[in-house]
Amino acid sequence: MTAPAQPNTFKSGPDERGHFGIYGGRFVAETLMPLILDLEQAWSDAKADPAFHAELAELGKHYSGRPSPLYFAERMTAHLGGAKIYFKRDELNHTGSHKINNCLGQILLAKRMGKSRIIAETGAGQHGVAAATVSARFGFPCHVYMGAVDIERQAPNVFRMKLLGAEVNPVTSGSGTLKDAMNEALRDWVTNVRDTFYIIGTAAGPHPYPEMVRDFQSVIGEETKEQLQAAEGRLPDTVIACLGGGSNAIGLFHPFLDDRDVEIIGVEAGGKGVDTDEHCASLNAGRPGVLHGNRTYLLQDDDGQILEGHSISAGLDYPGIGPEHAFLRDSGRVTYVSATDAEALEAFQLCTQLEGIIPALEPSHALAHVMKIAPTKPKDHVIVMNMCGRGDKDVFTVAKHLGVDI
Amino acid sequence: MMDSRIERRFAALEAEGRAAMVAFVTAGDPDLETSQAILNGLPGAGADVIELGMPFSDPMAEGPPIQLSSERALSAGQTMAKTLDMVRAFRKGDGETPIVLMGYYNPIYSYGAETFLADAKAAGVDGLIIVDLPPEADDELCLPALDVGINFIRLATPTTDDKRLPAVLANTSGFVYYVSITGITGAATPDFSEVATAVSRIKGHTALPVVVGFGIKTADHAATVASRADGAVVGSALVNAVRDSLDADGKATERTVPAVLDLVALLAGGVRTARVDAA
Repeated sequence: MTAPAQPNTFKSGPDERGHFGIYGGRFVAETLMPLILDLEQAWSDAKADPAFHAELAELGKHYSGRPSPLYFAERMTAHLGGAKIYFKRDELNHTGSHKINNCLGQILLAKRMGKSRIIAETGAGQHGVAAATVSARFGFPCHVYMGAVDIERQAPNVFRMKLLGAEVNPVTSGSGTLKDAMNEALRDWVTNVRDTFYIIGTAAGPHPYPEMVRDFQSVIGEETKEQLQAAEGRLPDTVIACLGGGSNAIGLFHPFLDDRDVEIIGVEAGGKGVDTDEHCASLNAGRPGVLHGNRTYLLQDDDGQILEGHSISAGLDYPGIGPEHAFLRDSGRVTYVSATDAEALEAFQLCTQLEGIIPALEPSHALAHVMKIAPTKPKDHVIVMNMCGRGDKDVFTVAKHLGVDI
Repeated sequence: MMDSRIERRFAALEAEGRAAMVAFVTAGDPDLETSQAILNGLPGAGADVIELGMPFSDPMAEGPPIQLSSERALSAGQTMAKTLDMVRAFRKGDGETPIVLMGYYNPIYSYGAETFLADAKAAGVDGLIIVDLPPEADDELCLPALDVGINFIRLATPTTDDKRLPAVLANTSGFVYYVSITGITGAATPDFSEVATAVSRIKGHTALPVVVGFGIKTADHAATVASRADGAVVGSALVNAVRDSLDADGKATERTVPAVLDLVALLAGGVRTARVDAA
């Protein structure tokens, strides 16, 4: 069932039942199943429709500002004294993160399917803001489910969503974080299945979401390939991204999967350390299970009960991971490592000081790993890191951790 | 498979000319000992078929009553092994009342599907309802369950149209569980005339008994459903009875077991009079 060690391509998944190796699938209640099949059909029609791609590209260019720049981080490179470091600047997108790439794609599908109501889950609020934004732009009522704990630690994004006209529903069930928000969004969907489109924020959930979100985010890797070709005349040696559910990472990685010389590294949230109980490193410290519609690596106890993750970054605070990453982990094509809260905080500050870029805490994890490996590489080694979000939303959290009262 | 407890029970009820009272409780709620006492008392109170919930941390199709009941069971230390122990203990005193385990796939996947099926069969489990295993995933658990002689009971819903029904019914055995609403458990009350139409529609596709659940809260609801379907499932109302009987610290009291069993008796009364009233 698992992938052979050296398949001809790593890009063939998912199969017609939504499987990447043994991962993925469609583990949903019967009420949702007919809709999931409709969505699959609508997605398959849209993929084959040049008008759909043209509209999405137009919105990407004029509404969110694509292509995002590929930026040579000169002072970071000099400071670390090894590899040449580039940032893919997806934090410069409209709404401040890569999330808009996916939301624009899904809202166009919602429109094609004749749905009249949008729901979304959110952790840090970046996806909630992006979903609320596209809902405003296309005139849909939008209901965002957000854990009560996250609402407290991401107040600016909550207000932003409300300004955009979304209704933010606090989720108090379970531990009141991202996984509970996703449960509650699924409960809403099961109740309002006929008129509602669920914009899932990451490359996880029942098929076809992991594939669909990956395809909407792959613009990141495709642009990177072209831009680096223009800048360096070649492929990168290493590409790096952080992972919560894994949508920015799969977007960067996917176009490079069959370029076997490109080293690909995903960085999970190590929280207080993967040897403690407080982290979100499902690929490093979890095991396969079934949650939220797909089989993937999960943080769970011996009895199959899902555990709460911990991360300084609300956007990485999820006990699962997109199923394609689970497949890529087992196949060995991608290396998955982790960075702790403390390492991410250090990277956050260094980037701010050296590059004048305030990164979100999520890509600060990827940057923390860049800081570990760049000094060990030769000067002609090119690393591209996805700067998937900007850190404005995180300044309060960072201040608190630095003991500053603002 | 023709000789399963589920099939015998529905055949007997058909001979009696009445529908089944199907009672759902969560295993280990509010604690193992109290939950075992509730389980053991269900047949005497009038439950014809028992659905025993396997608690899960993320019950995506459940409303607050069953979510909280799962949380109570898990905080009291319930595990899959203890749930199977409860069935084993129940079987010492009752060899005929069917027990259907209901829940989500991950705790079973974690236990190991094959080991789980063997242990469940040995403990005296008759059927499984796994919310997040649609027919598209039949190779995961449904087909292996049929191989060891455990009925796999499928949910049909208002969104399961005539085109899809045959796929849903293909490997279903024991009975069909019709979900009366598009929604979660313990929330909206269904439109009972729509439910009756849906039950007739499903019966046009299968000879299996069709039971109805979701939103059945009172003896009147149960009676209405029982006049048109082969059984009425009550769950959220029963776990709410557990909740309402607890002390300030959330512990069981002497009222807990009778609170649930008295309510089952009341609902079973509704089910038993249904066909008489309807006639």
